[in-house]
Amino acid sequence: MTVTERPAVSEVSAPTRTRVPPWRNPWRRPYVLAAITWAYILWSLVPVLIAIQFSFNDGRSRSTWQGFSLQWYCCNEGSVFEDPSMLHSLRNSLILGIATVLVATPLGVALAMGLTRWRSRASGVANGIALIPLVTPEIVVGSALYLVFVNLYQFVPLGRPAMLLGHVTFSVSYVLVIVRSRLLSIGGEYEEAARDLGANSLQGIRTILLPLLMPAVFASAMIVFAASLDDFVVSQFLFGSAENETVPILLYNSVRASPTPALNALATILLVGTFLALILTVLVLKARRRGSDESALETLADWG
Amino acid sequence: MPDRPSGHDRATRRLWPTLALPGTLWLIALFVVPTYAVMAVAFSGQINIFNEPIPAWNPLDWEFSTFTTVVTDSFTPSGVYHEVWVRTAIYSFWALVICVSIGYPVAYYTARLAGRRRGLILALILAPWWINYITRMLAWINLLQDDGYVNKALGWFGIPPHAWLSGSSFTVVWALAYGYLPYFIIPLFASLDRIDERLLEASRDLGVGTVRTFLHVTLPLSRMGLITALVITALPMAGDYYTNTIVSGSPNTNMVGNQIELFLLEGPQKNIGAGLVLLLSLVLMFFMFYYLILTQRASREATR
Repeated sequence: MTVTERPAVSEVSAPTRTRVPPWRNPWRRPYVLAAITWAYILWSLVPVLIAIQFSFNDGRSRSTWQGFSLQWYCCNEGSVFEDPSMLHSLRNSLILGIATVLVATPLGVALAMGLTRWRSRASGVANGIALIPLVTPEIVVGSALYLVFVNLYQFVPLGRPAMLLGHVTFSVSYVLVIVRSRLLSIGGEYEEAARDLGANSLQGIRTILLPLLMPAVFASAMIVFAASLDDFVVSQFLFGSAENETVPILLYNSVRASPTPALNALATILLVGTFLALILTVLVLKARRRGSDESALETLADWG
Repeated sequence: MPDRPSGHDRATRRLWPTLALPGTLWLIALFVVPTYAVMAVAFSGQINIFNEPIPAWNPLDWEFSTFTTVVTDSFTPSGVYHEVWVRTAIYSFWALVICVSIGYPVAYYTARLAGRRRGLILALILAPWWINYITRMLAWINLLQDDGYVNKALGWFGIPPHAWLSGSSFTVVWALAYGYLPYFIIPLFASLDRIDERLLEASRDLGVGTVRTFLHVTLPLSRMGLITALVITALPMAGDYYTNTIVSGSPNTNMVGNQIELFLLEGPQKNIGAGLVLLLSLVLMFFMFYYLILTQRASREATR
């Protein structure tokens, strides 16, 4: 190894070891990388924390702190719980999220089981179709759904029904990917054993496969819920009229019109809802994975 | 799993396609047909009394005059949409450059060097995933207002306040990078995390310096993750319109997505909007399929 010459002080005390400049020492502490990482984390989260802080502002300003108050959440004119359109959007988002979970999860789980265990050319094609929504830009999905509801499926009115169909469509692929990776890691042996012991295929699915899949099913349900609460583009193309606005649409529409801290309060409530779903998922995954060396967080990261 | 002839086999063979059927039909009705609807509208040759295009469902009725105009207007320097396309490419390019230069160090540090704090850092990096995109933009609107914290902070250094939110390309590019960085970091983290520590140790033991180890071992091994991360961020970024509307709102920073939204939701010329969607999909198709093929290959290798 060539060493750039430096008058090394330690040469006397350790004559056998070559002195390595810091940038060539693999065991040096990575201060620069650590600094970048923490700076990134601050940059990505502090603005949101400040926005949450201003939802508790005791005044109309969203840039000058005037003391703590809950007036933008409740019981004051213009607060979230006194503003009919904000309350309405919260209700719409919640109902849409729950309905999407209820439709997309069974659909996606059945699709994942079918596509993983059924080996034929048709299943390969179906698999391809099911993965394309994951990589299609949302604006393409949204505008395609909009055009089909307006021109062909006219029996589905724009608004909640169309939004539900749209949200389920992009959610099915999430469920498929998560449940399938679990199915592949389980392997076919358990079902074979069940069959050898005399269970028919349906019994095999109900008593063996579904219980083994439960963590993945639960996690995908929560991710679908969060994705539905989070969705903006598909909803915006399909919501039709103002009474069907979800929270993200309302935030988007009012952010440029003179907003009050009530908008921040609404965003905070949405955020709390999503994080409750997340915490529940992590806890359930943790409980299920006790003894495994992979942490629940890393599982989530891998699915990303 | 070898196929063994047994009494249950026929029932099983029917079971899997049956399970896959509802999901497949759903995706055909609500993903494949809508995609076709985009073409039917884009290639429509007739308009109704509202000046809206009548979709041409029969491919024999397709007329390409509108679409040809859209293509020429997009790709010839004097065309109406040319500027918008160029802007989309430039904004996406610079936002991706920021993503790589911030995202790679962060993912690398988290995956390889974070040590004891790894769980905490991972949780903090994942957190923005669960915060609504519109909320994260809203947070910046608070900070970037004329009397917001950013201008106040600049004031301490004697820098005059800047109008960040009125049509600044700089703001849009950084907002895009801020919005999509979390989605960039995670796939990269997952691939860096999978690199076998022993390879890096071997490289160190052979006396290779940190920089060369990175260039010759880590970087090639994380190539797949880097490509995934780039594709996953580039696809939605190219079709983004809401970031732009929120942080700029000026036609001087319009991207293709804004143009599509304008034609589809706010005017009668839906055939031009559909034509732009189609063109955007064709441009992005290359990346989508490249990515799908890579992931299919990777999942085949994983199951082998």
